[in-house]
Amino acid sequence: MNRLKAGEVNLGTSIMAVQFDKGVVIGADSRTTTGSYIANRVTDKLTHIHDRIYCCRSGSAADTQAVADNVHYYLQIYTQLNGTPPPVEVAAGMFQKICYENKDALSAGIIVAGWDKEVGPSVYNIPLGGGLFRQPWAIGGSGSTYVYGYCDATYQDGWGRDETVDFVRNTLALAMSRDGSSGGVIRMCVITEDGVERMFVPGNELPKFWEGREVLSGPAKKLVTEGVMPMSVE
Amino acid sequence: MTSIGTGYDLSASTYSPDGRIFQVEYANKAVENSGTAIGLRVKDGVVLAVEKLVHSKLLVPGANRRIQTIDRHIGLATAGLLADGRSISNRARDEGASIRSTFHEQATVKAISQRLGMFAQAYTLYSSVRPFGISTIIGGVDKNGPSLYIIEPSGVCLGYHGAAVGKGRQLAKTELEKLKLSELSTREAVMEAARIIYLVHDDNKEKEFELEMSWIGSETNNLHVPVPSDLLKEAETKAKDALENFE
Repeated sequence: MNRLKAGEVNLGTSIMAVQFDKGVVIGADSRTTTGSYIANRVTDKLTHIHDRIYCCRSGSAADTQAVADNVHYYLQIYTQLNGTPPPVEVAAGMFQKICYENKDALSAGIIVAGWDKEVGPSVYNIPLGGGLFRQPWAIGGSGSTYVYGYCDATYQDGWGRDETVDFVRNTLALAMSRDGSSGGVIRMCVITEDGVERMFVPGNELPKFWEGREVLSGPAKKLVTEGVMPMSVE
Repeated sequence: MTSIGTGYDLSASTYSPDGRIFQVEYANKAVENSGTAIGLRVKDGVVLAVEKLVHSKLLVPGANRRIQTIDRHIGLATAGLLADGRSISNRARDEGASIRSTFHEQATVKAISQRLGMFAQAYTLYSSVRPFGISTIIGGVDKNGPSLYIIEPSGVCLGYHGAAVGKGRQLAKTELEKLKLSELSTREAVMEAARIIYLVHDDNKEKEFELEMSWIGSETNNLHVPVPSDLLKEAETKAKDALENFE
């Protein structure tokens, strides 16, 4: 099932959002593709929705931009109407409504995250069908499938800001290295009551993990025994 | 009524030379003929009370309610034409549902009141319609705490600590002003509301009336519900006692 039209720009993406005690960290790779061609290698998939609410976009670039613009517009109305900034739940609810009611026309997987005065930091996942799930952390996009295990094994409650940023950076680097549709640089945002801090990891400074090496090449008889070391895996 | 015969009072779409819209003023007259309705915004909730004049002894007790539920946490009382009150509460329910569906959030009393204001105002613009013959008291408890608003036939919508509309509004207002509304509990406010309704009721002109009361507050889990019958009876007895000692 491919909902993209021929030549449609795709965010074959790795995105994630994680909440911590004082705020949320959101992150994304920067690759936008049309088929095998990288249409943009420095894309910004972290989209401003309101002062303290951002979303991570995956799926069709056109669809998710349109939906995000729409929600942005309605949240401005909300702010005028109520005189207060909207809770993250309201923003996520609007995304969900649009994604559910137009599920046949859209290909959009969105993670909404931010800070509000009612509940503090929160992360909402809105996968393809238009469900709405509040989660302590969420990953999305094609790259996310490679790192579920890593996240499950690594994530712990009660992290502070710096540990959370490291977690996001490492997870995305792993996802980007395995997923052909993800790559480029890592963009991250830390959203707290005080504001939004943007962070950037260039493509040549991505955290490195085991990247494989040539093993056992040549005829099976000529086994190399000298200098063979066990693989070091963390 | 110097306006009569000048022709400026035939339609809501025409101003008089001194800038008034007589149809809106006549709508206020319709409100003044109605039994009193009051609302109290207190420390932890809102109480609505209505002096429902019983026009016929043949009516079933409790018929023709003038207090309506708009949303789980919002109630509305009207004074004026009964049917207009029902029309406006239907509209209020629609607005509440609309806000719920677009914002995924309980509607605030303020938001609904302002939309009702816009709705009522639209009926002061055209010759093909008549303005609403009601003043609406709308109250509830939302994320901003208790709030209380009045919407007039002109479309004016204002927030109050204590609200009174209908026949006995002047006396009711002076009684409300004596209360320290922001320090009262909803339970105490029920007693005061009953007392005020009994006080403003004119025994000489109108024979029978029913006291209709509802509340929203911490005691009702912030839901708009009728005041329970035992509490209502207690409030009525106290109100009658207070009335005997009043003068």
